[in-house]
Amino acid sequence: MKERTVQLEVLRYNPDTDTEAHFQRYEVVCQEEWVVLDALNKIKADIDPTLNYRWSCHMAVCGSCGMMINGEPKLSCHAFLRDYEGVIRVEPLAHFPVERDLVTAPDDFMEKLKRVKPYVIPKEKKPISEGEYKQTPAQLMKFRQYSMCINCMLCYAACPQYGLTPSFIGPAALTLAHRYNQDSRDGGRMARQEVVATHEGVWECTFVGACSEVCPAQVDPASALQQMKITSSLDWIVEHLIPGGRSAGDAASREDAVDKS
Amino acid sequence: MSRKPLVRECPPTTWYFRQPRYLRYMSREITSIFVGAYCVLLVVGLQRLADGPTAWEGFLLALKSPASIVFHFLALVAAVYHAATWFNATQKAMPLQIGESFVPGNLISGAHYAAWAVLSCVVLYLAGVF
Ligand code: SF4
Ligand code: FES
Repeated sequence: MKERTVQLEVLRYNPDTDTEAHFQRYEVVCQEEWVVLDALNKIKADIDPTLNYRWSCHMAVCGSCGMMINGEPKLSCHAFLRDYEGVIRVEPLAHFPVERDLVTAPDDFMEKLKRVKPYVIPKEKKPISEGEYKQTPAQLMKFRQYSMCINCMLCYAACPQYGLTPSFIGPAALTLAHRYNQDSRDGGRMARQEVVATHEGVWECTFVGACSEVCPAQVDPASALQQMKITSSLDWIVEHLIPGGRSAGDAASREDAVDKS
Repeated sequence: MSRKPLVRECPPTTWYFRQPRYLRYMSREITSIFVGAYCVLLVVGLQRLADGPTAWEGFLLALKSPASIVFHFLALVAAVYHAATWFNATQKAMPLQIGESFVPGNLISGAHYAAWAVLSCVVLYLAGVF
């Protein structure tokens, strides 16, 4: 098997001893077909056991190995060494606090995921005895792409708006809201609008489009956000320009009232 | 073990030099300045028209100045670039599903280009170009 010697420049940060991060260079003998994650594993096994990073599946499924590789958000298990020349610079995902070395704190993202109510809120509740909620293949296709997210947060690391305004709900969480809004079984759009149709929601997005370019699962968050801008604008028109039009907020509170009654 | 996460700030003024795609985005945004400036020019023209024939003649003369021609050329390039980026984006903002499949994105963007061409011809016709 062909070998290649690779130089990696890895960002190191130890919260117990450091006040700043610094780069450390490693020279690693790798196999030709290895990915950056393999090189990191080799460093950890043979050169420097103190190096920290996250990974699990090694097959672009779990979403835990996201890093900046030469400044670009990537899954390190999906970044082939043969595609890089010279020293490869490896940094933790941008826009997230660095916990230690390449490990970032995803707390903010997890919090935002919760806020968009990422679950089916049934349009009509029915007893289990009436059977399952059925869906046609066409109804499935309407949201399928947006359900493929692996929560890798690469889109957040790519999004300059999230970097500049951390209160932005951000691409993946808003896309998940869209995924449920598009689901024929769901009736929760108006409740989600309280988070989606706000300055921290879709209106913080200026359509840079970087999220969709870096997404490893072809979710295309930018498209979901633009579609939600259109529906949110239509809501506004209905509320403000059409006599007797219902606002998203009204509708949500009415639904709550119905639920409680 | 204590937690002491390190925050690496996104540089507020120079972030767009970090990646070529950010520069592409900024160039799209900057073209809107020309589009806006051209709208202001149209409003000024209307004002001159309302001010009477002498004012209008003066406005037309100013339009023929070299500075004005350079501005018009730049504004045209910027407006075409701006419009093209948005026409290309329509396929993302307005996907069209028929049955289980989606209409190819370039058909949606293409329809916008076609509508643009037709409308431009109508405007040119109304302006007496042909
Ligand atoms: S939308 Fe794509 S880039 Fe963003 S978290 Fe999901 S899979 Fe990752
Ligand atoms: S290790 Fe699971 S996505 Fe890379």
